[in-house]
Amino acid sequence: MSNGVVKSTSQIVQKEMIGRNYDRITGGDAKVSSTFVPGNLNELLMCFDIANNLPEINAIQNAMRKKSGDMIMEAERAGHSEDVCTYVKADIGMMAKGNIAPNGKPFPDPDILLLSYTGCFTFMKWFELLREQYKCPTVMLHVPYAADGKPTRNMRDYIVRQLKDEVIPALEKVSGIRFDIDRLREYLRKSAIAEDDMVWMLESTKHRPSPIDCYFGGVYYMGPIFTAFRGTDEAIEYYRLLRLEIQDRIDKGLCAQTPEGDMPEERYRLVVEGPPNWTSFRDFWHMFHEAGAVVVASSYTKVGGIYDYEGFRHDPDHPLETLADYCLGVYTNRNLPTRVDMLVRNISEYDADGLLINSIKSCNSFSAGQLVMLREIEKLTGKPGAFIETDLVDPRYFSAANVKNRLESYFQMIDQKRRAGGSAAIVA
Amino acid sequence: MEFKSVKEIVDFCQELFDDIGFARAREWKAAQPGRKVIGYMPVYVPREIIHAAGMLPLGILGGGADMEVIHGDAYYQSYICRIPRSTIEMAVTGKLDFVDGMVFPSICDVIRNLSGIWMLLFKDRYVRYFDAPQNFKDDIGGVFYSNELREFREGLEKLAGREITDENLRNSIAVFNENRRWVNKVYDFRAAFPWKAPSAEVYLLMRAGMVLPVEEHTRLMQAYLSAAEAGKRRMRDNCRVVLTGVFCEQPPLNLIRSLEISGCYIVDDDFMLVNRWLLGDVPADGDPIGNLSRAFLHHSAQTAAKYEPDMAEKGRYLLDAIRARSADGVIFAAPSFCDPALLDQPMMISRLEALKIPYITMQYAENSGQMQPIREQSGTFADSIKLWSAS
Repeated sequence: MSNGVVKSTSQIVQKEMIGRNYDRITGGDAKVSSTFVPGNLNELLMCFDIANNLPEINAIQNAMRKKSGDMIMEAERAGHSEDVCTYVKADIGMMAKGNIAPNGKPFPDPDILLLSYTGCFTFMKWFELLREQYKCPTVMLHVPYAADGKPTRNMRDYIVRQLKDEVIPALEKVSGIRFDIDRLREYLRKSAIAEDDMVWMLESTKHRPSPIDCYFGGVYYMGPIFTAFRGTDEAIEYYRLLRLEIQDRIDKGLCAQTPEGDMPEERYRLVVEGPPNWTSFRDFWHMFHEAGAVVVASSYTKVGGIYDYEGFRHDPDHPLETLADYCLGVYTNRNLPTRVDMLVRNISEYDADGLLINSIKSCNSFSAGQLVMLREIEKLTGKPGAFIETDLVDPRYFSAANVKNRLESYFQMIDQKRRAGGSAAIVA
Repeated sequence: MEFKSVKEIVDFCQELFDDIGFARAREWKAAQPGRKVIGYMPVYVPREIIHAAGMLPLGILGGGADMEVIHGDAYYQSYICRIPRSTIEMAVTGKLDFVDGMVFPSICDVIRNLSGIWMLLFKDRYVRYFDAPQNFKDDIGGVFYSNELREFREGLEKLAGREITDENLRNSIAVFNENRRWVNKVYDFRAAFPWKAPSAEVYLLMRAGMVLPVEEHTRLMQAYLSAAEAGKRRMRDNCRVVLTGVFCEQPPLNLIRSLEISGCYIVDDDFMLVNRWLLGDVPADGDPIGNLSRAFLHHSAQTAAKYEPDMAEKGRYLLDAIRARSADGVIFAAPSFCDPALLDQPMMISRLEALKIPYITMQYAENSGQMQPIREQSGTFADSIKLWSAS
């Protein structure tokens, strides 16, 4: 425990892992790729000894350190619109302010921009903008949108072809290392081991009380798998440790852990859709802690890839195809009916009281359509839903009073529903 | 449809523009049993395939300046552009009840997710998210795109209850080639004689092409050009600008008028790229799917929704338009909250600044009402261009 914040062993280990990755990126010995979290190709980058720098994670780190607001305004002063994605502006503003990594050392210019265009239109513009700054090689991996719910053979073949003919040759050229498919298979095998334990973690919240929070806490737990550690022994060890830790909490009957300690009582079980707000992350979490609300499932813990819907695991026997499937399966690359189905299943399987949507001002990939999803989910489950609006990393768009009011009203709505005799489905 | 004067043609187009209930398209559908209408949103869909199925491609470009959005606001969060709100409003109030299917091109996450909203709200309708490749090599993006085109064709065949033959497709390609040639002739004419073809008129003429059968639209453009060429209108001392960023949510017609009134002749624009997306004729013989695919990969417009693999080529389309149209400057007009236009803008601006090409930026919504600030901004821009060029 430091600064009054309670941290579990796994959280401390996770923080050290993320710190080690920043040390590697800024150390000067490794080639560096910038790429995005959703569907990232960490195992492939490892085949070329390339360090994996993820700009969304940098923006999150800066937001949690209360630095992103100035960075965003710096980008706006340079001509970027107030209306666009604040991750992009935080990144561009960070560059303008010296491009300093969370470990205090300057980020090197990337050796390659791996533009994995997965589930978010803005990614394309983001890296076109970075390319203007860095003037480094940029390789596009276009992942088609799974508009009909299920990826098609044509989509998968297209991605595999891009990997073979565009991405791998570009990485070989930058790194000077020849691609070894058996090396990739080995990393994928390790990914699948860690993924099994990660899914166990996600499903542990089916217990009453839930031993963990799968939104605020979940962002820590998913860190290694969605960043630079999938495919490593460290990730296997991390998720093994996390599993033991959670099992211990289950055995002791503990409620979810929060920065203020274990929640004394679990009063509400929620499913949350949408990313968290990062600039007031602790305050936001505190509102839940105070009310005894735990998040038992969230779509944000699927932002990098989905493991607990159709049982996906990386498959070492089909190395390039499995990378394609991983990219295609990313949450925001799924159509709205599929997202609805996933959340409905979560509400039912995790015995949740309802759905809370955190609509993010600058993320249309998540946000556009969420109100329609909310209605549909309310209709299908009979459980009440609520809608709040914040932003990712722009502190100007987090109004604590408004969010708190809405949450309190929502909890009252759940109470009323309970008093009225449970939450019988409106539509069977 | 026999028109003699510019006024008659423009009045007709204005009537189509004002009619957000799409009476003309409804009439077309009702005229023959079994006819079907397929709506599509910006920026590009291969209308040739819809046409080849015997269906009417209908451009849906939002509700415009005058439509009150009541229901649509309940479907969207606070921070988002207006076109999805007004499009949903049109749908839930029955204005699109005759539309048998909707196609949502891959332009941004908002339009992408609108395809999902359609699936949730209108479960009995044909809905297609139309993905286009961001890889432009024949053996990679070309293979993917050709297969997407085939899937699109098969979907429409199922809806139409009949086969779309290669011959049908080749005929439709020829029809759209002809249409595109006339679109380009109108644009060329306006660039050469902007006082004879005011942009508000050209805009209405092109908007008519979103709702009319393509053959009818071609004849309308022919009639307009013939009447406009013969017309006598006074040339103003305006500067010449390219208007860019308006490729999805459309600005109010008053904004277009305001720009010209304030002293800017619009000599090129990206209002309705669908009718100029392909930069030349698509071969009307051989494999029609392959031909459409190659035209997209190698001979199509650049826009913010399309990746540019070569940084040196970024902005080429805009710079070429400025040169070809002898434009004095550029007006970047972007809809509020439009990620593609607004994120692309700084890159485009850097190209202009390198060449010392004057520009201004402005934002709008399809229902923006106050035009005085727009007039003042564009008027000052026009004056400054005139002053610089005189010095």
